[in-house]
Amino acid sequence: MTDLTSLTLAEARKGLADKTFTSLELTDAHLSAIEAARVLNAFVMETPDRARDMAKAVDEKIAKGEGGPLAGIPLGIKDLFATKGVRTTACSKILGNFVPTYESTVTSQLWRDGAVMLGKLNNDEFAMGSANETSCFGPVGNPWRRDGSNTTLVPGGSSGGSASAVAALLCMGATATDTGGSIRQPAAFTATVGIKPTYGRCSRWGIVAFASSLDQAGPIARSVRDAAMLLRSMAGHDPKDTTSVDIPVPDYEAAIGKSVKGMKIGIPKEYRLDGMPAEIEKLWSEGAAWLKAAGAELVEVSLPHTKYALPAYYIVAPAEASSNLARYDGVRYGLREQGKNIIEQYENTRAEGFGAEVRRRVMIGTYVLSAGYYDAYYLRAQKVRTLIKKDFEDCFAKGVDAILTPATPSAAFGIGEKGGADPVEMYLNDIFTVTVNMAGLPGIAVPAGKDAQGLPLGLQLIGRPFEEETLFSLGEVIEQAAGRFTPARWW
Amino acid sequence: MSVDAATVRRIAHLARIAVSEDEVPHLQGELNAMLAFVEQLSEVNVEGVEPMTSVTPMQMKKRQDVVNDGEIADDIVANAPATEGHFFLVPKVVE
Repeated sequence: MTDLTSLTLAEARKGLADKTFTSLELTDAHLSAIEAARVLNAFVMETPDRARDMAKAVDEKIAKGEGGPLAGIPLGIKDLFATKGVRTTACSKILGNFVPTYESTVTSQLWRDGAVMLGKLNNDEFAMGSANETSCFGPVGNPWRRDGSNTTLVPGGSSGGSASAVAALLCMGATATDTGGSIRQPAAFTATVGIKPTYGRCSRWGIVAFASSLDQAGPIARSVRDAAMLLRSMAGHDPKDTTSVDIPVPDYEAAIGKSVKGMKIGIPKEYRLDGMPAEIEKLWSEGAAWLKAAGAELVEVSLPHTKYALPAYYIVAPAEASSNLARYDGVRYGLREQGKNIIEQYENTRAEGFGAEVRRRVMIGTYVLSAGYYDAYYLRAQKVRTLIKKDFEDCFAKGVDAILTPATPSAAFGIGEKGGADPVEMYLNDIFTVTVNMAGLPGIAVPAGKDAQGLPLGLQLIGRPFEEETLFSLGEVIEQAAGRFTPARWW
Repeated sequence: MSVDAATVRRIAHLARIAVSEDEVPHLQGELNAMLAFVEQLSEVNVEGVEPMTSVTPMQMKKRQDVVNDGEIADDIVANAPATEGHFFLVPKVVE
């Protein structure tokens, strides 16, 4: 029998349906792979007993012909999703040993459809980071290394554990979240596929909040089809999230292989940055050529406010974070540090419980919302956000179906290499992805090639609101042309 | 705009994060780097532009004003650092 961990989700689904193997066998193969890959630090909690129990239960259902769309498929869950009875920390010391008494809507839908939980995945603390280096459990290793080098690279962030685990064949797919690029950037760094759906497509209920007007859940998987299968289960209306949208979830998988002939693809000139590496430029033109060869029409478009998206994001996101994270007060759950009075208890708890990046963002958020500065910073940023969204609307109004851009300005870098002196250096990683969150649009990152050092690079497709299907169709064209990329095992 | 050391201490207090004196210069540098980065927004003409309130144009859904949850006091206090019965314990707030 071939190694079960190397199957795609779609292949595993067939094997399970044909009774070539059981979910328990598939689950055990992944549990062994996880154990052998602890050096990557992708999992912050392994749940082997629960995984085997879930697998056995689903095997019985499959035998009776009652398996759901993801019956028996082992997945990893980002530690930002509340999982009933299983520690959930957002990789922050301040949540300590928090054990939810409830299940997030997104994960409950995955279990409803028969998926099996292998454990909880590492991420940047409260999803604040682009390299998975701010986690209280330490950094995650990227399964990819530069040709001929032993240097461990970052997998990107904040969903670094999700991307690393999927790329290293530790799980068949993973949940992730994206506030400024946290699904798409790590996907690009690890040659995996990641989609951030339209804001409102997945319920945010039970996901640890970072910036509520930007946060969206989505899957990371090893193929476009696998991502489509996962998103179908994750998406859907939830009365418990007032921003979740009440429209039917399409069968995303049906979009795979659909003709893209006649689709109009925008190439935004503002994404052509000064000093952009030649190989990113080349990848981008190649991607455009592949889509053209498949019958799509390419048009140059302009998104004039692109350069203001990242600075506006660094006002809006910290402002919302400072307000969301006010709940961590050492009273109702998580860490408590004593103080002489309740104020001191709050201050000591939050100083001890939050890491440096989180403290910095909560403070900047507090500042931009404080009396006398609100109009100059927060209000202005929200106006700029309106202009960013209008840029996309103008573009779509001209008949553009999707926009093609690079996913990241560079390939993966070494642990500790960026952001040490100036936090803004790290923030620039999200320059191509953050506009999509600001406008609430869907965006997919698809592996498209490698740089001169053998590291994967990805392309991003941005779609109209709730037209994820277009992204799956186009993404698969790129996947077919570029081929699939698997890292050489060193762990 | 940039912040001075006194402002850093004031923000830290507003954010309820204890900051020691020797952390102030470092934090001041980082916050000023972020403020310098967002400064470029001042060149955007936002005259007459509505600030964004909802990224997806939708009517805010309203729930029925009825009790539909509750009786889970054990769950609510399950993760608390200090409790007595179904109450959270905190240092004395009122003299």
